[in-house]
Amino acid sequence: MMKNKRSAFERVASSPYIVWSAIFIIAPLLFVAYFAFTDRDGNFTFENILSLSSYSETFIMSLGFSLIATTVCLLIGYPLAYCMSRTSERTRSILMVLLMLPMWISLLIRTYSLMALLDNGGLVSSFLVSIGLPKLTFIGTDAAVILGMIYDFLPYMVLPIYTSLIKIDRRYLEASADLGCNSMQTLLKVILPLTTPGVVSGVTMVFVPSISTFYISQKLGGGSFDLIGDTIERQFQNQVTYHTGAAVSLVMMILILISLAIMNKFSDNEEEIIV
Amino acid sequence: MKFLSRFYIFIVFAILYAPILVVVLFSFNASGNLSSFSGFTFYWYKDLFRSGEAIEALKNSLVLALCSSALATVLGTLASFSIAHSKSKTYQTIMKSVTNIPMMNPDIVTGVSMMLLFVGVALIFKLNNVLGFWTMLIAHTTFNLPYVILSILPKFKQMDKHLIEAALDLGCTPTQTFFKIEVPAIMPGIISGLMMSFTLSLDDFVISHFVSSPDFKTLPLYIYNQTAHEVKFSMYALCTLMIFTILILLIAVNLAGAKRDKKPTAKQRRVKGGAAK
Amino acid sequence: MKRYFSILLIALVLIPTCLTLASCDSEETTTLYVYNWGEYISDGSEGTLDTNKAFEEYYYKKTGKKVTVNYSTFSSNESMYAKIESGSAVYDVIIPSDYMIERMVKEDMLEPLDLEKIPNYKYIDEKFKGDNVYYEGDSDETYSIPYFYGMIGVIYNTSIVSEEDAALESWSLMWNENYTRDILQFNNSRDAFGTALYWLGYDVNEATEEQWREARDLLIEQKTLVQGYVMDEIFNKMSSGSAAIAAYYAGDFMSMYGDNEDLAFYYPKEGTNSYIDAMCIPKGSKNYDLAHEYINFMCEEEIAVANAEYTYYASPLTTVVNNEDYIETMSEVHPDALEILYGEKASSVPSQAYLNLSPDKLVLLNNLWEELKVENTIGNGIYICCGVILAVIIILTVVQTVKKRKRAKYYTEQPK
Repeated sequence: MMKNKRSAFERVASSPYIVWSAIFIIAPLLFVAYFAFTDRDGNFTFENILSLSSYSETFIMSLGFSLIATTVCLLIGYPLAYCMSRTSERTRSILMVLLMLPMWISLLIRTYSLMALLDNGGLVSSFLVSIGLPKLTFIGTDAAVILGMIYDFLPYMVLPIYTSLIKIDRRYLEASADLGCNSMQTLLKVILPLTTPGVVSGVTMVFVPSISTFYISQKLGGGSFDLIGDTIERQFQNQVTYHTGAAVSLVMMILILISLAIMNKFSDNEEEIIV
Repeated sequence: MKFLSRFYIFIVFAILYAPILVVVLFSFNASGNLSSFSGFTFYWYKDLFRSGEAIEALKNSLVLALCSSALATVLGTLASFSIAHSKSKTYQTIMKSVTNIPMMNPDIVTGVSMMLLFVGVALIFKLNNVLGFWTMLIAHTTFNLPYVILSILPKFKQMDKHLIEAALDLGCTPTQTFFKIEVPAIMPGIISGLMMSFTLSLDDFVISHFVSSPDFKTLPLYIYNQTAHEVKFSMYALCTLMIFTILILLIAVNLAGAKRDKKPTAKQRRVKGGAAK
Repeated sequence: MKRYFSILLIALVLIPTCLTLASCDSEETTTLYVYNWGEYISDGSEGTLDTNKAFEEYYYKKTGKKVTVNYSTFSSNESMYAKIESGSAVYDVIIPSDYMIERMVKEDMLEPLDLEKIPNYKYIDEKFKGDNVYYEGDSDETYSIPYFYGMIGVIYNTSIVSEEDAALESWSLMWNENYTRDILQFNNSRDAFGTALYWLGYDVNEATEEQWREARDLLIEQKTLVQGYVMDEIFNKMSSGSAAIAAYYAGDFMSMYGDNEDLAFYYPKEGTNSYIDAMCIPKGSKNYDLAHEYINFMCEEEIAVANAEYTYYASPLTTVVNNEDYIETMSEVHPDALEILYGEKASSVPSQAYLNLSPDKLVLLNNLWEELKVENTIGNGIYICCGVILAVIIILTVVQTVKKRKRAKYYTEQPK
């Protein structure tokens, strides 16, 4: 009797979310699939998907850019997180605020300010000219886009790694030292494996937004580098080619799922990626 | 070694902050160009407030963030309640994976799919002008929900199940049990979920970009529109104000957190630390 | 603790109610949605007249009714069209260019105007009336009132571009390899292809498919030279000296010249585009009369002069062209300002308006534009980096699996 009442309440409690997620999470994805497989008159077609072959270079370029950005973020971010975790508690809390601040500042502002700094007529460039060097021609190159990704998403790499570093039980490190590991060996054999979940989560948090960005390539790449995000945005905001746009979105979604699956292979434990 | 590590931290943070500092500094620049600093002025701040647009956008942003985070928290609390109490494993897995979708999907796909939904529904029902506050509210609530659920769900797991049984035995209805026993127990999760979704919603640009209308422009949309045209230095003033607001908020949150951390005894802290995992 | 929850609930209920109340409150004030090009109206910055505010005040004085102008901007005809076509937003007044108006009339997206509600129409120069400038369909209806007109020209920085290169006054400057990464190209398909077609000497409206493809090849060739594809970002880039050469609208050159006196301008001798941006009322507008009121207000002498002195575009209103204050201001802006806008300079080069393209040409243009955008020019370094990273990932995966197997073996053997 009591149990029944309880489950009735549970059912009532669960219904709003079930309805909500059916309408606003599942249905939109079905709409994407619907648009990707139909033409303007609503007939079923594979043409949108097949025509994506002309975008293959875009996909490869986006993948390449975000791969490089993610790797560089990892190479910069891991040592940074490690150094941060070695400092005193007081310094750590200050550094945490310093790390969180850029994460909270809108991406638009940070990207734009990076462009203002590095623009060919910007501050760095005028400084170079004033000391007699040629002016900077950086904006509008592929390197600028990658730098933008690294700059924008680095904190998202550092934070999860830092959190997992902090959580490591000190006794593991002591044990490893007792058992004759030098600090390098401890780092490689104890700390690194223990922080894999953090690394995986950091890689996800850098890779996914950088493969789908469009603002960074618009501003820092000068619109010359058409990433997947730019392609999608253009189909929806500048042209009315929703069907192509939906097809590109669908393929990108699948691409990201595959990448995530590969990344998850790296973390031994089946722990969920918690952001 | 210690010096090296400090130096490394310093260098990375210096690079991270250089562009931001440039924006802050040049928002006070009298000459209004980036190549040289010619004098100190508040002109751009006055210029910013001259047109009500920025204030209007700020107001919209706050209203939207408040509404969507509140709605997401209520829905998310109920959802995590039902997930946590469900006996069926399949139900739990399905709900959890559905919840993960908006988090795993890149923002642009969420935005595009939402837009297609709204535009599609508008086409079917021959509606006009569907985009606006309500579509923004729906979109923001949807992408906030996973974060709320993820911060509340663990709290349900840590809760002592006997308490619920005791309450039910002592004659509470399930509704009373929920409000009197469970909600207080998961309160920290609710609060952190609420705060997280508030900030996420305040910050969101990509999703809003696809589901917004001229009726209801939020601050990030305003900034995007500004940077797409001739950028005046009042934009820099706006950015500076935002940066300082965030800084103050962060410090306040941190101080409050430090104060709270001091209170619990060592044992409690260990429990808490374990819970954080 | 229940308290918190109820506070939350109350907040949740209250906020939307407040919102609806607020909107109820504003029921007496109508909102007029105006959709215009960026940087295309006097907005009150630096002591200029705030046109939209002036309209609100004017309308309140005239009728006692409150109106708010919701003003938003677009950066190309194509993105404006996409926004309206999606049906996601409804506007009352839009200001697209000629060829887009023709297209929208053809697709039945515009309301015909009631000229009796726009008495200031009589001040519009005769040559901008009727089908004199651009085609508005077979019916006798008028769908648009000219706002500004002008021509596209090449803006260059005299401190970077050599005199002999500039003296050619040709589109070739946009393809000059000496200025690699200093060139800016339009970020909209029609204008960008226009530059290439004009340089090739083809007709921008009648070009055959092959000619369009030739233009695309030329643009792809240019892609390695350009710094970026931009629209209104050009203001900052040219003023700060970030870029040295760009094709853009004549009026905007004058605005940039105000910030950077090194800039100069010419109309390419091969011919260029002349355009008229005009005010229209899209279908679905809920404030048909108010929109007329707004359009009429834009043609008031005082307002039109303020806008013309802000945007520096050529005005189709006779009242503006003859306004002494306007003539004086413009000659202060740039010594040749009036000459560039209305005079000999403008009429000496062949110019031509874009016409709406046939649907299959539109699809072609769209596809070619996509091809140009997709064409990438990334360096080999990127490929090498990617290769190295992928190799490392593969090696790591292999090592990981081997290790795992070894460990599994070790554990299974151990109990023996």
